[in-house]
Amino acid sequence: MTIAFAIVAILTIAASVAAMSLRNLIHCALAMAVAFGGIALLYLQLEAQFVGFAQILVYIGAVAILIVFAVLLTRGGEAPEKSVFSASWIWGALVTAAVFATLAWTIKNSFASQREPPANVEATVKQIGDSLMTKFVLPLEVVGLLLTAALIGAVIIAMRDESPKTKMEDGRSKMEKPSAPGGHP
Amino acid sequence: MLGEGIIKGMAETARNFLGSYVSDERLTTVQYPEERIPQIENARQFPFLVFDGDDWHAGMRCVACQICEKECPPKCIYIEKSKDKKPDYVGKPQIYPAKFDIDLSVCMSCQICVEVCPFEAIKMDTEYELSTTDRFGGLMVDKQQLAKSNDYYRKIHPTEAAEVDARLAAEKAKAEAKAKVDAEAKAKAAAAPKPVPPAPAVVAA
Amino acid sequence: MVESLDQIFVSLKHALLGFVPGNWQALASAILSLLPIFVIFPTLFAITTLLERKGLGRIQNRYGPNRVGPFGLLQPAADGLKALTKEDVVPHAADKIVHFLAPVVLVIPVFLSFAVLPVGRNLVAVDMDAGLLFFFAVGAATELSVFMAGWSSRNKYALLGAMRAIAQMVSYEIPLILSSVGVVMIVGTLSPVKIVEAQGTYHGLLPDWFVFTPWGLAGFIIFMIAAAAESNRSPFDLPEGESEIIAGYFIEYSGFKFALFFLAEYLGMFAISGLGITLFLGGWHAPLQSLEVIPSWFWFFAKLVAIILVFIWIRGTVPRLRMDQLMNLAWKFMIPMVLINVVGAAVWHFMQPGLARWLVSIALVVGPYLWLGKSLFQSKHLAKRTYRFAE
Repeated sequence: MTIAFAIVAILTIAASVAAMSLRNLIHCALAMAVAFGGIALLYLQLEAQFVGFAQILVYIGAVAILIVFAVLLTRGGEAPEKSVFSASWIWGALVTAAVFATLAWTIKNSFASQREPPANVEATVKQIGDSLMTKFVLPLEVVGLLLTAALIGAVIIAMRDESPKTKMEDGRSKMEKPSAPGGHP
Repeated sequence: MLGEGIIKGMAETARNFLGSYVSDERLTTVQYPEERIPQIENARQFPFLVFDGDDWHAGMRCVACQICEKECPPKCIYIEKSKDKKPDYVGKPQIYPAKFDIDLSVCMSCQICVEVCPFEAIKMDTEYELSTTDRFGGLMVDKQQLAKSNDYYRKIHPTEAAEVDARLAAEKAKAEAKAKVDAEAKAKAAAAPKPVPPAPAVVAA
Repeated sequence: MVESLDQIFVSLKHALLGFVPGNWQALASAILSLLPIFVIFPTLFAITTLLERKGLGRIQNRYGPNRVGPFGLLQPAADGLKALTKEDVVPHAADKIVHFLAPVVLVIPVFLSFAVLPVGRNLVAVDMDAGLLFFFAVGAATELSVFMAGWSSRNKYALLGAMRAIAQMVSYEIPLILSSVGVVMIVGTLSPVKIVEAQGTYHGLLPDWFVFTPWGLAGFIIFMIAAAAESNRSPFDLPEGESEIIAGYFIEYSGFKFALFFLAEYLGMFAISGLGITLFLGGWHAPLQSLEVIPSWFWFFAKLVAIILVFIWIRGTVPRLRMDQLMNLAWKFMIPMVLINVVGAAVWHFMQPGLARWLVSIALVVGPYLWLGKSLFQSKHLAKRTYRFAE
C-alpha cells in the first residue's frame, strides 16, 4: 500500500461521500465527477493506460455532463428543506455493514486475490485492439448496436411531432407559394 | 458549392490586410491627436466677432443692435450696450457692445445669429478643440476672447470673406461717394457768393 | 553543430541535472521537462493576443493597438496589468466555491494536454504510449468547467451560454476524434512521437506528411474546423459572442479570473493546433530535406504560428454561425464526412501506390463533399410559420 494509492483512495472515498451527502444537487454531481477522476487515477496506477484515459474521456467528459444536464433540466438543484440524513439511519448503517462484510469476505477469499500479480503487465492499446477484434468482437458489435438504438431513441423523443394540423398547414402553404414568374392566371 | 463563399471572403480579407500596408484606401484611420482631417470650407462650430484692422476694440464691427441676442434660439448671447459711441468702418459714430458674452455650452451652432446680423459682425468659427476642465464658467467666452480679425476670417472661409469684403467695400465706396457729393455740394454752397439780403425797401409813410 | 543546435534544450537539461544530487534526479527531471511549458506557451499567448488585435485591425482597415510601446508591442503587458489589478467582482447570489473553482478546473487540463506534444526531436515532456487518448481525455474534462462557470453565476445569460457551449463542444468532439482515427489506423499507434516519426520520410517533391494525401487533407480540414469549434473560436464563438449574449458563460467574471478563462481558451487553441501539426503536418519535420539544418523545434513553432495566423484570418472573415447552423454542420455534414474519411484512409492504405489510388481517394473525398454540401443547402424548408398556441 503506497502513499500514492492511499491518497487517491482517500480522495475517491471522500468525493463519493460528498456526492451523497451534500445539500446542493449540483455540488453532488460535481463531487461525483471528482470520484470518477479518482477511479481513473486508480486505473492509471495499475498501469492500465487505455482504460484510465477512457474513463476520463467517457465518464468525466460525457456522463458527468449528462448528469448535470439532467439535474438542471428537471429539478434545478434547490436545497432540500429537511436534512439529507433520515431519522432511521441506524438501520441503514447496519445493512451497509452487512453488505460490506459479505463483499469483503468474498473478495478476500476469492481466487483472484490469492494468486500472484502477473510479472510484467502488458496492456498496450495494440493488444486491446487485437483482442477486441478477435476474441471480443461479439460484445463490441452488441455494444455498438445498443448505442445505435439509444441514439435513435433519443432522436425520436426529441423530434418534432407531425400532428395532422401542422401537416395541413404545410400543405396549404405549399399551395400558397408563388408559382414561376409570369404564371398567374 | 459549399465553402466557395468562404474562400472568396478570405481572398478579400487577405487583400485588405496586405493592401493596408501600401495604400491609403485600405487603411483609412486618421490618428487623431497627431493628424487631423482638414475641415471643409463650410464647416461651422461656434460664433466669433470680426474686427477690421489691428485694434480689436476700435475695429469691431458689432454695433450692439441685439438682433442676434433676440434671434438666438437657446438664448446664449448676452449683450450690454455702451454709453458712448465710436466710429464704424464708414466713419459714422455707432454704439458698441460693452459686454458680449456667449455661453458655448449652450450654443447649438445653428448660425441664425450670423444670418440675421445686418453688419457682418458675427461669423462662424471652425475651432472645435475647446474642451476645458472648468465645468461652471469655463465655456463662457467674453468679447475679447470672441474678437478675431478679418484676416483670420479670410483664412477660414475664403469665399464668404471675399464676398463680405466686396459688399462692405461697395458700401464704403458708396458712402464715400455720397459723402464726396455732399461735401462738394456743401463746398459749392459755401463758395457761392453770399446772397445779399435785398435792401430793405424804402417804406414811406 | 546542426545536431547540437537541434538538441540544445536536451543537453541543457542534462547539464542542469548534473548539479542535482542522486535521489532528487527524478523530481528535478520532471520539473525541468515541464517548466518550459509554463514559460513558452503563456508567452506565445501574449504574443498571439497582440498579433490578433493588430491582424484583425489591418483586416478591418484600421491600425491595431499602437500606443503602448513602439507599434503597440507592449500592449500584452498593459492588458496583463489591467487584468491583475481589476476588482474581482463575485455576484452575491453566486455559488462561491464553484465560481472560484471554474477557471482553475479549466486551466489545469489545458496545461496537462501540452505534456504529450512532441515539440522537437526528443523534446516531449511525457512520452506516453496512449498519448493521443490522454490528449482527448483532458480536452473532454474542460467541458465540465464550462458548465461550472455558467451555473455558478446564477445568471440566465451565463447559463444559456454554458448550455450552448457544452452542446457545441460535445458535438464537435466526434469529428475531432474520428478525424484522427484515420491517422492512427495508418500509423498503428496512439503515441504522438511515433506518429511524427512515421511522417519523416521524403519522396520526391513533397514530404510524406499526411496532409499531402487526399484523405489527409480532408481530415486536416475537418480537424481544424472541429478544433476551432472546440476552443470556442470564431466563427463558432456563439457561447461567448460579444454582441449577442454579451460574454456568455463568463459574463460574471472580472479581473484575474477572466484573464484565466481567456488564457485557457487560447492555450486550448494552441494545444489542439499542436496536435493537428503532430497528426497531419509532420510535427517537427522540415518541409524539404535540405532544410533539415534548421532545428526541429523551430519548424514546430513556425507551423504553429502559421496555423494561428490562419485562425486569425478566418476570424476576420467569416461571420458567426448561429446555434442551429452550428449543430447542423456538426451532425449532418462533418460526421458523415469524417466517417467516409476513415474509409478513405483505409482504401489508401490497402491499394497499391499509383494513379488509381489517387483517383479513388480523391473521388472518396470530393464526392461526399459535394453531395453533403448540396443537401445542407437544400435543408431549408422555408414554409409558412405556424404557431402552436397562438391561434
